[in-house]
Amino acid sequence: MSNATFEPRLVGFLCNWCSYTGADLAGTARMTYAPNVRIIRVMCSGRVDPQFVLKAFKEGADGVLISGCHLGDCHYQEGNYKALRRYKLLSRVLEQFGIEKERFRLEWISAAEGIKFQQVCNEFTEQIRRMGPLNLGPNGGKHE
Amino acid sequence: MSNAKPKVAFYWCASCGGCEESIVDLAEDILKVVAAVDIVFWPVALDFKKKDVEAMPDGSIAVSFINGAIRLSDQEEMVKMLRRKSGLVVAHGACSHMGGIPGLANFWNKETIFRRSYYTTPSTDNPDKVVPLEKTVYDGKELTLPSFFDTVYSLDQVIDVDYYLPGCAPPRDLILNAVTAILEGKLPPKGSVLAPNKSECETCDRNKTKPEKLSIKEIKRTWEIILDPEKCFLAQGVICMGPATRDGCGHRCINGNMPCRGCFGPTDQVYDQGAKFLSALASILDTNDEKEMDRIVQSIVDPAGTFYRFSLPKSLLGRKRMETIK
Repeated sequence: MSNATFEPRLVGFLCNWCSYTGADLAGTARMTYAPNVRIIRVMCSGRVDPQFVLKAFKEGADGVLISGCHLGDCHYQEGNYKALRRYKLLSRVLEQFGIEKERFRLEWISAAEGIKFQQVCNEFTEQIRRMGPLNLGPNGGKHE
Repeated sequence: MSNAKPKVAFYWCASCGGCEESIVDLAEDILKVVAAVDIVFWPVALDFKKKDVEAMPDGSIAVSFINGAIRLSDQEEMVKMLRRKSGLVVAHGACSHMGGIPGLANFWNKETIFRRSYYTTPSTDNPDKVVPLEKTVYDGKELTLPSFFDTVYSLDQVIDVDYYLPGCAPPRDLILNAVTAILEGKLPPKGSVLAPNKSECETCDRNKTKPEKLSIKEIKRTWEIILDPEKCFLAQGVICMGPATRDGCGHRCINGNMPCRGCFGPTDQVYDQGAKFLSALASILDTNDEKEMDRIVQSIVDPAGTFYRFSLPKSLLGRKRMETIK
């Protein structure tokens, strides 16, 4: 697929309390932004099992976004710190699997930051568009 | 009445031979097995050939125990043939269950493995750059070798598998239980792993030494500290795969004062053992400071190889992205 016709497929795990509400705000304020992020609402960024991220990549995502409350603002005290620790370790593991760390993104977006959600969606989409598709077929792209 | 005895086959693919040893290690109990069954194929111990198996009617072998991962074309051919000839196929051991240690080769491909093995290892002396070829003509005769895949597969990625005997190698009691269950026809649902479906920590003696809240500031490798023989390894800062690993091994490593490396694979509820362990380990890192997190995370040597030591081919991603291998 040439990059000119390539539309990145992105999956976004958004926490219920901040980031999903932030995305909702972007919607109700009628902001326009890249529609490439498929949003999955989770109760907390700390709920995002690394298996979810791997499954998203395996099933065709070119990039995965996790977004939660700003550090210190977690509805569950420190779920987002857990998300941050998992993100750092999982980024290293993904690089060992040949998935660039730019394809996996963690952002803190509050319920008031509709504009930030708009920016993150646009930036992430453009970044992945430049990088091109992940091309992760069965067993990493190639079968005998 | 020897015809009435169920026929059993044993075969090995990409493996070290330890699983064959696990059958020999049944010691005198193997005599009970031999008395109850007819072993019709076992290349490591008995002189049967491929053509003997070819001559058997389809479905005539009651059960084939196959160990090792699938990495060569002849292994694929043999297991497909054994599948046709067998009523049941049991994946025997970690390599056949999940890809095992040979499966770690999925971080590379054929080209990079050949380059390393035949050209660049310090002990290699190969001035003519000779590598094994699938076809060679020598003295007017054509010689062939099986082809070497880019990717190592678990047995169930190549053929239908009825049961799994986990472990590196599977322990004696689980093998005997499996054989008894097959002989008595008291088998669990197809696709079952023939071991308890709970995490290893549940029965670990060291569990009682685990603090109420596990938290670690430093990750250490086993040679960097004197290991306490009774204390939970994770509480000592040593990576132990117990929380993400199925029970039933008899804690052979832990009783030898070595942490679990995960050879039994995950429980039924888990898709990806490495991701699940990564999740658990990141949760117990005792810091909320980003720089400190980076330091601890960077201090882990080869995280993917450690978390997926036995399960890479069966993991969600299965292998490293081909186009990124140089």
